[in-house]
Amino acid sequence: MAEATIFANQTQTLEPFKGVKKVTIEEYFSSGHRTCQGCESALVMKLMVKAAGPRTIVLGSTGCMYVANTTYYSTPWVVPWMHTQLGSSGSAALGTAAGLKALMKKGKMKAEPINVIAFCGDGGGADMGLGAISATLTHKEYNSLILLYDNESYANTDIQLSGLTPYGAHTTFSPPGTVKRIIHTRWKKNVAGMLAAGHPECRYVATVCASYAVEMMNRVRKALTIPGPTFIHSLDPCPKGWDYDPMLSHELGELAIETGIFPLYEVEDGVVKYYGKTKAIVDGRKRKPVREYLLKQGRFAHFTEEDLAYFQAKVDEMWEKWEMPGVVAFRKQPGAVPSVN
Amino acid sequence: MAVATRPAPAAAVLEEKEMLISGSEAVAEALTLADIDVVTAYPIRPYDTVMQAIAKKIANGKLVAEYIVAEGEHSQFEIVKHASTVGARVFCGSSGVGWMYAMEAITVTPALRVPMIALVGNRALDDPGAFGVEHNDALSVRDLGWLLCWIDTSQEAFDTTLIAYRVAEDRRIFLPIAISADGAFLTHSQSLTRVPPKEWVDTFLPPYRRGDLLLHPDNPITVAPQVNEDWVIEIRRQNNAATERAYTVIEEAYADFRRIFGRGPENPWFEEYMTEDAEIILMGMGTLSLPVKVAIRKMREDGKKVGLIRLRWFRPFPHEQLTRALRRAKAIGVIDRDYSFGSPFGSGVVATEVRAALYNAEHRPPLIGFICGLGGREVTLEDVYKLTDICYAAAKAGRAERGTYWLGVRE
Ligand SMILES: Cc1ncc(C[n+]2csc(CCOP(=O)(O)OP(=O)(O)O)c2C)c(N)n1
Ligand code: SF4
Repeated sequence: MAEATIFANQTQTLEPFKGVKKVTIEEYFSSGHRTCQGCESALVMKLMVKAAGPRTIVLGSTGCMYVANTTYYSTPWVVPWMHTQLGSSGSAALGTAAGLKALMKKGKMKAEPINVIAFCGDGGGADMGLGAISATLTHKEYNSLILLYDNESYANTDIQLSGLTPYGAHTTFSPPGTVKRIIHTRWKKNVAGMLAAGHPECRYVATVCASYAVEMMNRVRKALTIPGPTFIHSLDPCPKGWDYDPMLSHELGELAIETGIFPLYEVEDGVVKYYGKTKAIVDGRKRKPVREYLLKQGRFAHFTEEDLAYFQAKVDEMWEKWEMPGVVAFRKQPGAVPSVN
Repeated sequence: MAVATRPAPAAAVLEEKEMLISGSEAVAEALTLADIDVVTAYPIRPYDTVMQAIAKKIANGKLVAEYIVAEGEHSQFEIVKHASTVGARVFCGSSGVGWMYAMEAITVTPALRVPMIALVGNRALDDPGAFGVEHNDALSVRDLGWLLCWIDTSQEAFDTTLIAYRVAEDRRIFLPIAISADGAFLTHSQSLTRVPPKEWVDTFLPPYRRGDLLLHPDNPITVAPQVNEDWVIEIRRQNNAATERAYTVIEEAYADFRRIFGRGPENPWFEEYMTEDAEIILMGMGTLSLPVKVAIRKMREDGKKVGLIRLRWFRPFPHEQLTRALRRAKAIGVIDRDYSFGSPFGSGVVATEVRAALYNAEHRPPLIGFICGLGGREVTLEDVYKLTDICYAAAKAGRAERGTYWLGVRE
């Protein structure tokens, strides 16, 4: 029982990889999947579990990363893996962590830190499953990581718009027509910011992009080392849904950051820290115009100059008028000293 | 199967204690002795009384378990489903629309072979908002692979909970079981209940072992991979085979229960009351048995040979045992506290099942369905007299005039 008591809220020790050459060569998401060529979400899976290592249980909610990855007879998962329902990544993480904790505490299982990671798509995570994720982030006594891989559509069901699909994008539920050019007029939800702001006892929330692989893996490692529930939001270019040549996947990820559309930051114990190119932008580097990013993708091919200007203005607003650029969407009080930088 | 986990201590030292507790409290007593590991809660009447009882147990240190108040029923069921896959013994439940809200999570549980136990505190489905008992909530899992049973007293609530874990966690089964308890009539009503010592329970109920299905880094399996169209039928058939094996496993469990606790029914499937010489056999589930038994005793004084069969297990459905028990009846009256709109003869669910069960029988007496006591309305003695008269008329005529009667309805 002594061992079990010590375990309490212990997490794994996972030092950050100091450079790409220090990254371990073992793969825990191997061959056998059948995602599209250039699928960044599949890369996120691979990097995520590489960072986590072998003492890990992965739970995946319905979506491309389930259907296209985990086909009977050809699973790519080397670690234990289990499907969970579309809206259940939060509950899956919580239930698995609670089960392990109960058994270890009661001496019914060997006490050791086991990573619990649940992933969900933007549809499952930001729409249907948001309530369960939110609930899980309030249960500070259970260690888990929820990773939302955001390909900006319900991709698996043939590219329908989700709460995280960018304004105006052409999806099968928002086709541009002769009378209505833009059907999807909603602005993307700010999931990571909302979850960080709304769950004061969740100790770690971060955004990542697999175009910056080592940084991404180190965020996963950090999330797994911090006790309690943690959350990571990754932006994943999707050649099929975004309609571009698969060889551009990495470049599009970089452009999303460089245009400031998707800021990279981590909120650790309530402190916001920007990193990578985003930090440079916060420090004064010019953002690339959003058109460079948007016009590379077929889903925005119907955009007029006016649409591009609207999009740019919304992104500008996020950087210039938000209490914390790209993170906290409250307007700065006129005349007040900005709280960041 | 191997049962004894510890040597049974001398019986003289240990004995059952008697407690005056409600159905929900009885379930909580059983869960404590079963040493559940993870339990989730979400409020809805009347099932929530069991969670209130468990919360007290945990607060007072009587039960060590992860106790999670979820943000909805869907999550409640998903949390315990996942906890069970890493080897935890789990429990949760709901009532009425709460049970329906969890339906997606409830649906996937049998296919994943998660042997969880859930309590349905039966409640009418909203709208209109109603708290009284109806059985449609629990019956919604009829075709989903859950085993499904109904209880009648606090004692049965206690015993059935232990038996349910024993059956569900048997490697031949590995299916979830829903225990149905009539809202208020059982969940909230107290009766004397014998609670055995922990040592006896441990002898009856071995620890939960997931074996090769355990989700753990030392056993890196992939659970619920996406199967294409060409595998679903095999999976469904495996589930069905497990359900069929439940006929044997349930009988074994009750026999062992009687051996260890020195009490419990000979026939797990249904309770028979004055059926040996009965001309008319009434049938039903749950706490309905009380008014029906009282009415039968009165009718017997008038020379009417009426008996009752109260079904305990609905899935698997004890069709063979029932056919035998109904062999001598001149007419059968099935009282449903549920409905199945548009079903054959506009029957309730139980009447339809009993009719189907009798189809191959040599002796097929007239069968009449009665929809009664919906929404928690009292089933009165008058109701029972009336439906018995209808059954007698059918017995005399050799055929039922109508398939279904609704009783006690304001016209
Ligand atoms: C409750 C429920 N509703 C709908 C579906 C159908 N469905 C399967 S995958 C999917 C898309 C999920 O989208 P997302 O979470 O964004 O993941 P992606 O497919 O983009 O990887 C949907 C809607 C489902 N499986 N479950
Ligand atoms: S549709 Fe998009 S997310 Fe799905 S497999 Fe293809 S590239 Fe990946």
